[in-house]
Parts: sequence; structure tokens; C-alpha cells
Amino acid sequence: MKLSSKWVQLAALAVLVAVLPLFFPSGYYYRVGALIFVNGLAVTGLVILIGYAGQISLGHAGFAGIGGYACALAPEHLGLPPSLSILLGAAISALLAVLIGKPILRLRGYYLAVATLGFGILVSMVLTNERALTGGPDGMAVQGLALRKILRGWGWRLSSGEFWYVMSALAMLLGVWIALNLFQSATGRAMRALHGSEVAARTVGIDVARLKLQAFVISAVYASVSGSLLALQNKFVTPDIAGFMHSIELVTMAVLGGVGSVVGAVTGGAILTLLPQVLTVFAEYEQLVLGLVMILVMIFLPRGLLPSIAAKMKGRGE
Amino acid sequence: MSLLDVSGLGIGFGGLRAVDNVGFSAEPGEIVSIIGPNGAGKTTLFNMISGVYLPDSGHVRLDGRDVTGAAPHRLARMGLTRTFQNLQIFQDMTVLENVIVGFHQSESGALLSDLLALPAARKRSEIARMQARELLRRVRLDKAAEELAGNLSYGALKRLEIVRALAMQPRVLLLDEPAAGCNAVETEEIDHLIVELAQSGIAILLVEHDMKMVMRISNHVVVLDHGEKIAEGSPESVSKNPDVIAAYLGAGDEESVDADS
Repeated sequence: MKLSSKWVQLAALAVLVAVLPLFFPSGYYYRVGALIFVNGLAVTGLVILIGYAGQISLGHAGFAGIGGYACALAPEHLGLPPSLSILLGAAISALLAVLIGKPILRLRGYYLAVATLGFGILVSMVLTNERALTGGPDGMAVQGLALRKILRGWGWRLSSGEFWYVMSALAMLLGVWIALNLFQSATGRAMRALHGSEVAARTVGIDVARLKLQAFVISAVYASVSGSLLALQNKFVTPDIAGFMHSIELVTMAVLGGVGSVVGAVTGGAILTLLPQVLTVFAEYEQLVLGLVMILVMIFLPRGLLPSIAAKMKGRGE
Repeated sequence: MSLLDVSGLGIGFGGLRAVDNVGFSAEPGEIVSIIGPNGAGKTTLFNMISGVYLPDSGHVRLDGRDVTGAAPHRLARMGLTRTFQNLQIFQDMTVLENVIVGFHQSESGALLSDLLALPAARKRSEIARMQARELLRRVRLDKAAEELAGNLSYGALKRLEIVRALAMQPRVLLLDEPAAGCNAVETEEIDHLIVELAQSGIAILLVEHDMKMVMRISNHVVVLDHGEKIAEGSPESVSKNPDVIAAYLGAGDEESVDADS
């Protein structure tokens, strides 16, 4: 592995997650932390699609929308508990990813970007327009997870912020562990190979279409679970979750942090989640500064924040 | 019945017949060279045999089985694979990973155990790693195993590409200008490697502009010009064939320098 071994990366993340709350000045920061981890999970999925397999998607927020609305709709209409609704959302997302992935993954580069963009817009339009079911642009309320009540029964009194901080962190760490497993496995190697050269990948027996689809489906499930967790902790969901801006945000996080490395991309997610909070001091210039930061990073650290810095430190060390 | 049997193969692009009615066969351990001036259709022929292009006439048979138009990854799993004229290396992977990639691609249903790093997946990876190291030793690239492939010299990459193909345990190996751009020492190394592979029973199809190499190692030579086969036979008989001499003189002498189209 390039940066370091799987367990070092996982341990570093876990320690960070465990230690950070010691420095939280108020309960509000648990919410910010949980948001970082939820984004980190979706971004990790995109690392598998973009960083490993070399395929772009500008519509993954669509899967987050499906995950989010599954948690809103399934408990109400199917009587499913919210925890199982996460799985239902993931299953629907996976199925949909297979159905749309098969035809559109034949496309490459810009064409694939535009096709996935179309998918994302489609999902957000359905969520906006099916008022009777989804409440339209106003969104709808989402039930809480029963697990928190159970924990309280056992004497664990966690605030909503604390509870979701822990749950989101666990989900992200699980996601990162799976992505790192994949990186070193035969399937992950084959994905990276087709990223390097599709024509050569075929000559070593790699079924390129099948592997692209696998990467697409896996990343869709990540996005879906991320959307579910977001809806559950906000206790509310609006079509924005599936919106174009959310898709772009996710890709930007991954690329900014370094799309070839899971930890890098998660860092990118953390920075882009935090920056708007920090940049509020710039008041109405917030968006301007945010844009400027992104442009500067891409100019001076083109491989993304973490890999570029790691490469520089390595170069200095030798 | 030959190991590889190509008959009446042809393809057109627009109005142009790039390759027309070409046939030949190859036996295990044989080195068959395909030569001809630039634009004669050598690479196009390779692309049809290896499944990159779908021929519009003719047949490719592997062990008597018709594999015309089969997808490249299926052919690779059946034991027919190739290298490329313009290097196709996985630059961002290590040398070892480049070779490991070829192992175990035919096993299906492994995704879940790969995602969860189950013992079965790790064991497969470990076995592949050992086999890949063994292959790298054969071409003296084992010391560079952990380096990123992009950092290797051109000659080393050419050998790496051949070794990567060996991971498929091919019975037929197509080499498209394996010595192009290599210096004399590198060319000789590749020369030896090809002979060694043939001796191990692999049928080699070779496109190469280095005529000395072709004449030295080939058992059989097929000459193409304007997409058609104009001669075939032993290296000696082909080099004396007046049609072949005319085709080469007509093409001028740039052909030994430029890449084929």
C-alpha cells in the first residue's frame, strides 16, 4: 500500500475519532463531527469508483437521496424499523445502480459524467415532484433510531449529537476498512488495472464491464447508507440530499483530498465540511474564499491534499 | 488440427480492406513472425486474432474451437493473450502488482470475500504473489518488484509486459513489436526470452521490424502487404521471394524505423 499499511491508516482514523471530542467546546461539535463522518462514508465510496476504477459519477447524490427517503418512507408506509430501512435503501440503490450502470458504464469520460449527472437530476426531480409521497420540496420528517432508546435502557445516556457521532464514526470506519480490503484484493487490483489501461486489463482476463459495474454498485451502496444516516440524524430529509450540488460536493471532497487514497479523500471530506463553518468569519465572502481555497489546492497540489503532501515529505526524507 | 488456426480473416474500415483473406496456423512451441511494410495490416491482424476487432470475414480457431470475435478477456482466460506495440503497463501499480493482476481473474463470486478480507481472499492473494515473484525472477525483474512500474526503464517495461501476459499461462502469445525502441542489449534479452518461451511450449506470434531478430528466431514467416498475404514459409525462403523483396523496396526504408499503423 502506498501511504502505509491498512491497519495503520485505520488505527490513525479511529484514534482521531476517539480523541477529537476531548477538544469539543460544546455539544454542537458532535453534530459537525457526525456530518464529517457521513460525508466521509460517501466519499470513500467514490474513491472506489473514481480512485480505484477510474470512472466518474456526478450523480451519486441520487443514491444518497434514495437512502435518505427510504428511511423516511419505509417506516411510515411499510412499517419497517428505520435500521432495516437503511438496508432496504441500500438494496434499492444497488439494484438501481445495476440497472442504470449496465448501459451507461459503456460511456467514458465526459459522456459518463453527463449520463450520471442526468441520473442524479432525475432522482431529485422525482423526489421534488411526487408531493403526495415525499412532501415535495418541503421534505418530510424521519423517525429516530430505536437503538438510542435501547442504549438508554442499559444506562447509556447519550445526547442525540453524541449518539450520532458514534454511529456515523462506526459506519465510516467500517466503510474505510472495506475499501482498504478491496484495495489489496484481486478485485481491487483488477479495478486499478482497468483504470491504468482498459485494453491491457482485458488481455489479462479482466472482464472490464463487470468490474466497472461492481465499482459503481459498491459506491452507490456507500452513498445510499450515507444518505440514510444523514436523514436519520437530521430527523428530516429534503430533495436537496439528492441534488446536483450534493453530487458535486462529494466529488470535490474526494478529488481535493486525493482520490487515489481513502484516508486522503476522507480528509478532503472533513476539510470541505469544516471550511464553511470556519469561513463564516468572512461573512458574505464565504463562498468566494471557499472557491479560492479549492482552486489553489488543485493548482499547487494537483494529486489532492494528502497524496501530494505525502509525496513531498517522502522526497525530502530521501 | 493446429493449436491456432487462422483462416480467411478480413476486415474493412470504410471502403478500405485493411486485411483481406489472411490465413496461417501455429503449433505449440513454434515462433510465427508476421512481417510486412508499414500499413500492411499486421497490427490489425493481431487485433482481430486477440478479439479487439471483430473480423467481418474468416475464422480464428483455438484448439479447433471457433473463437472468432470472442471478447479479449475470454480469449485471455482460454490461453490466448498479447502485448502491445505502444506499451500498455499499469503505471500506478507496482511491478509485482502488474503481474499479480493476471492471476485468478477467472474465479467468480470472489467479490464478497475480497471486500471483507476473508481468509480465502488473503490466501489467493498470497499464492498469486508467490507465483508472480517466480515469474519476475525469470526475467530478472524480481529486485524491482515493489517499485512503481512507471519508474522502470523502457526495456524493463517491455519485459514486464511479456511477463504479465505469462500470468495467464497462455498457450498462444501475440507479441506486437516486443523489441521496438529497445537498444541492442535489451533486444537481445527479449530475443532470448522469446526463444525460451517457445521452448516451454507456447506458440508465439510475432510482429517485429527488427529483421535480424525475425530471421534468427522464427520457424515460420508470414508476409503481408496491403492487407494481403503475399508469401509465407521458412525465413530463408521468404527472404529470397521476389514479391517480398519488391514489397519492401517499394515501401522505402522508413519502414524499419516508423511504427506500424
